[in-house]
Amino acid sequence: MLKIDNITIAYKDVPTVVDFSLDMAGGQIVSLVGESGSGKTTVIRAVLGLLAGGGKVTRGDILFNGKSLLKNTQEQWRNLRGSEISMIFQDSGAMMNPTRKIGAVFTEYLQTHEKISKKDAWAKGEEMLEKMRLPSPDNIMRSYPFQLSGGMRQRVGIAMGMTYQPKLLLADEPTSALDVTTQAQIVRQMMELRDDYGTGIIVVTHNLGVAAYMSDYIVVMKDGHIEDQGDRDHILHHSENDYTRRLLSAVPSMGGESYV
Amino acid sequence: MFEHDEVVLEAKHVTRRFPASGGRTLVANDDINLKFYKGKTLGLVGESGCGKSTFMRFLVSLDTPSEGEILYRGKDITKLKGEELRQNRQNIQMVFQDPTSSFNPKMKIRDIVCEPLMNFNRIRKSEKDAACRRLLEMVELPGDFADRYPHNMSGGQRQRVAIARALALEPEILILDEATSALDVSVQQTIIELIVKLQKEKNITIGFICHDISLIQSCAHEVAVMYLGNVVEVLPAKNLSEHAVHPYTRALIGSIFDIGMDFGKPIEEIKGEAPSPLDVPAGCPFRGRCPKATEKCAAEKPKLHQIGADHEVACHLFDKEDK
Repeated sequence: MLKIDNITIAYKDVPTVVDFSLDMAGGQIVSLVGESGSGKTTVIRAVLGLLAGGGKVTRGDILFNGKSLLKNTQEQWRNLRGSEISMIFQDSGAMMNPTRKIGAVFTEYLQTHEKISKKDAWAKGEEMLEKMRLPSPDNIMRSYPFQLSGGMRQRVGIAMGMTYQPKLLLADEPTSALDVTTQAQIVRQMMELRDDYGTGIIVVTHNLGVAAYMSDYIVVMKDGHIEDQGDRDHILHHSENDYTRRLLSAVPSMGGESYV
Repeated sequence: MFEHDEVVLEAKHVTRRFPASGGRTLVANDDINLKFYKGKTLGLVGESGCGKSTFMRFLVSLDTPSEGEILYRGKDITKLKGEELRQNRQNIQMVFQDPTSSFNPKMKIRDIVCEPLMNFNRIRKSEKDAACRRLLEMVELPGDFADRYPHNMSGGQRQRVAIARALALEPEILILDEATSALDVSVQQTIIELIVKLQKEKNITIGFICHDISLIQSCAHEVAVMYLGNVVEVLPAKNLSEHAVHPYTRALIGSIFDIGMDFGKPIEEIKGEAPSPLDVPAGCPFRGRCPKATEKCAAEKPKLHQIGADHEVACHLFDKEDK
């Protein structure tokens, strides 16, 4: 479904991600893990054509359903984003206009993507919020982002992203700003998306535990290149790569080694 | 385990209320009693908004509780004023979560690290170079970092400088407020190793705030779990996952994604989110999300009581049979 073919991404002629390749089938969950600054976010931003600050794919190609994304016109991007490919950010609330209520943002989003009356759009929005198990959706539609908790905002973000049942969902640190109990709920809901809609998901995370739990395939990145990759079992138990092993051993574990 | 250890710092019935809009009050800490033992680490764990940072701020005299007292070597530090308060700060120092925002960006590392020493006239200006070098070497940084600015360093290096600054005055107690949460796991591990090493060398008492219960159990001696301003369980960190009994502690442990876990097993989740501390339910604060809540939980707030050696829990499920 998605094929990233040996791409190099540069910001102002400085290559940041080098020789990155990934071949992903529909309904697969792939994690990109690595430390800060390793280029994880840059990769998924490139997939959606959202590179910040003059970033450019200078080499290689990104194919979505066999079609190159790099030559897309604005018009083509508009048709793709939010319907075929969606993205959830670390804090969905910060990605919304703080002076507008959820309902206004949601209906505008729906009306951009299809011909639908305001009333129907509102109803559809509520229905999506309800599917994400948000309590009293009508109340949430009438709230500002700051009135919701972090977990609720993240669910609103997922509800918006999933409205058109995209084939590919890009999630940039979707649970990093959340408490552990909320994180568990969101991770479970994201995995249900794959079961219910067959959505393929790329998760960028620095939390190796979350990556291991969610994904079929794990890519370990370091300083802009792929350091190691493989299916979950391989990365966790059979990897020969020193960096991967060091990263895994640094994760604090319940009942693990005690320093005191 | 702890009886023979000397109590350095003790919080007694600490309560903190903040006025909120509409004439309401927000109870951030509700009758907290905790003891810090010499040379031991007390980990304080809980979700955001549970009052753990509010509590630690009392210990470093950045705020005072509405009620209750904090005894440092038998003396109540919440009533200190003026010069006495200033002198007391030498005993209890703190490391903050984000080293970038807790340093003055225009000061060199030498001035940052030596500022506490200068404030208390421990060294002369001419001795700054040597003192700085000694402190940087203590946290395993090269001595010539003294001429750098904070922005020239990585997050892990900055956190080491923060530790050097906090330990410059050789305090008896060190408070770490999410000191490793902004760091990558591999860096976090090296910082924890450093802290534990320094603790052993200098016999420092540590208060460690963290939201990650698996990190806490690996680097603390005793763990206190907080929920909505209340301490719900206090237990030794060793074998925490086997001994923890409070439903909230169990839920925290159950929501951890561990790389060694069984992936076929569905992750346990507790329903909903913590209610706003503005409207804490009557009775047990956790009852709204607790799978085992009974009528008694709604009627009566459970008190912290002993259920084993060094193990206290506030839950009606473990009440003794009293008729």
